[in-house]
Amino acid sequence: MSDTSQIAIDVRDAVKRYGDFTALKRISLSIMDNEFFTLLGPSGCGKTTLLRMIAGFEDVTEGAIFLYGDEIENLPPNKRPVNTVFQNYALFPHMTILDNVGFGLEMRGASKSEARRKAGEMLELVQLSQFSARKPSQLSGGQQQRVALARALAPKPKVLLLDEPLSALDLKLRKAMQLELKHLQRETGITFIFVTHDQEEALTMSDRIAVMSAGEMQQLGTPNDIYERPHNKFVADFIGETNLLEVSVDAVHEGRATCHLGGGHELTCNAVTGIGVGSKVHMSVRPERLFTSDAPVEAESLKGKVVENVFIGTDISTIVNLDDGPQFTIRTSNSDRGNKRIFDQGAEVFVNMELGAARLLVD
Amino acid sequence: MAAGAASGGSATTDTYKEARTWLLMPAWVTLSFLILAPVLLMLVYSFLTKEFRGGVVWEFSLSAYDQFFFDRGLFGDEPAKIEWTYITIFWRSIWQAGAATLLSFLIGFPTAYFIATQPERVRPMWVFLITIPYWVNLLIRTVSMKFLLRDQGPLNDFLISTGLIDSPLHIVNTNFAVQLGLFYSYLPFMVLPIYAAVERYNFTLSEAAADLYATKMTILRRVLLPAVKPGVIAGCILVFVPSMGSFLAPDLLGGAKNFMIGSLIEEQFKGNAGNWPFGAAASMILLTMVLIILLIFARQQAKAEKET
Repeated sequence: MSDTSQIAIDVRDAVKRYGDFTALKRISLSIMDNEFFTLLGPSGCGKTTLLRMIAGFEDVTEGAIFLYGDEIENLPPNKRPVNTVFQNYALFPHMTILDNVGFGLEMRGASKSEARRKAGEMLELVQLSQFSARKPSQLSGGQQQRVALARALAPKPKVLLLDEPLSALDLKLRKAMQLELKHLQRETGITFIFVTHDQEEALTMSDRIAVMSAGEMQQLGTPNDIYERPHNKFVADFIGETNLLEVSVDAVHEGRATCHLGGGHELTCNAVTGIGVGSKVHMSVRPERLFTSDAPVEAESLKGKVVENVFIGTDISTIVNLDDGPQFTIRTSNSDRGNKRIFDQGAEVFVNMELGAARLLVD
Repeated sequence: MAAGAASGGSATTDTYKEARTWLLMPAWVTLSFLILAPVLLMLVYSFLTKEFRGGVVWEFSLSAYDQFFFDRGLFGDEPAKIEWTYITIFWRSIWQAGAATLLSFLIGFPTAYFIATQPERVRPMWVFLITIPYWVNLLIRTVSMKFLLRDQGPLNDFLISTGLIDSPLHIVNTNFAVQLGLFYSYLPFMVLPIYAAVERYNFTLSEAAADLYATKMTILRRVLLPAVKPGVIAGCILVFVPSMGSFLAPDLLGGAKNFMIGSLIEEQFKGNAGNWPFGAAASMILLTMVLIILLIFARQQAKAEKET
């Protein structure tokens, strides 16, 4: 087994330009051995470009990419020991499932029979052995997806690249595949680099996530980091649901910033270096960190009126307008309804949060 | 579409049926008068007796076919031997048409691939450029080709002036000249179907193959060619079939030694020296051969389409 602290993919100052357009603005990141790493961002953020640069389908305009210490950015795709699962699977339509999966093995010098034997084993791993003689068009989307996975894993790549592989599947299947992928990564011990625009998918599966936007990396961290401690406005807004409000900073003291919202409401937020007194910035507080009561409970309590309750299955979402101030969305888990009261529409309430639940954000 | 209409509700089926009969009429008329009738006429003529100044005598005879395959001496009284003259011409036709088809494929495939990989906006322009020379009459193009290729023509002048060769290359009146002529005559028929197939090709498949360690040659052989096979087969048919029966290129570029079946047939109907039943018989034999070859190709095509 290789050392777990070893760096699998090291991207150093990678820049990608198409003519005047810069798709990737100097990205540096290290992806560890045996890691499930996700590149997350909206479409056009450069995540797929970065993945294609690692695979070798796109040239690197500037910078370097290392694979376990070897510089690879000038190698053609067929010389790089990484394999890709494509968004629309890209299975060879004229070959059987077995020959699809065996293709990479054969190209690496295995005999036809050897390739077929190993491909058969891979198909067993993804539970598709009974389909080995079929053509890709005879399989469902989910089955094709698993074939694509088996095909990419069969040559035992050092790193597996996955380009939004689940986006064409329906919700139920996607959820099941998310777990299956995660388990597969654990079993094989291969480093996975996963590209997605679905933040929930990223949070579910990843060891670490790089959030990207407009060709730049916004934040790199564990799912928990990124969700609980978003670094800037983009990350807070993109990951999960949040209350994003404009505030002005009145005082900063020992890591806490006293801010006021509109309507004379005051709130203490977690301060961030670089944001001083007098600045107008955004703050974020997650809806599930808030609760309503008929009298102030926590130190941070804001007075308002319930506008609407929305039932959304597992949760109830309550919208509260602060007196003369901004609007908050509050989420109460259905299982919490015994402890936390749901107030009727029009009721006067206090919106409560723990100290530190609200965070200031860099723009 | 037709299947959809036929499986529709019974109330509307009759209306469709009637409309379909009328709408298909022009096609049936065209097919019967312009294709079926001439072929039947040829079939009948091939079994008649020849008139000496061209034309036919309405008397049943197998002599046209007999003449094609057997040699019975000048006066027809010697024991029958196999007549190799026409079989050789026939064989040469297949061979020449095959070589022209291969040449068209070797040049046409990269051309089609090139056009299909251009930005979408400029593709129609490339297709248009390919077809421009074909606005000029085939006869004129073939004569021009002879002029270009002849011993004192521009090609040889150029090659000699560059010092690549000392004496002119004899291209005209060779098999190769005929192949060149056929290739040039029918190249767009190879390029266009392949272009259509490559344009529909999912280039991610090439990326996937490269990702799985395939070299460029392997991608071409194992992924791209199988995927565009229907287009290639269509192109081959469209070049091979007219090449087989062509007489302009062999006549003008091949000379007397490189006679093809098309020229043989043409001769039989030209002037007073002709032999109409013999020409008709040769046509029928050509038609049969082409149909057999087409059938083989069509089978391949159906197989290729079933696979994709």
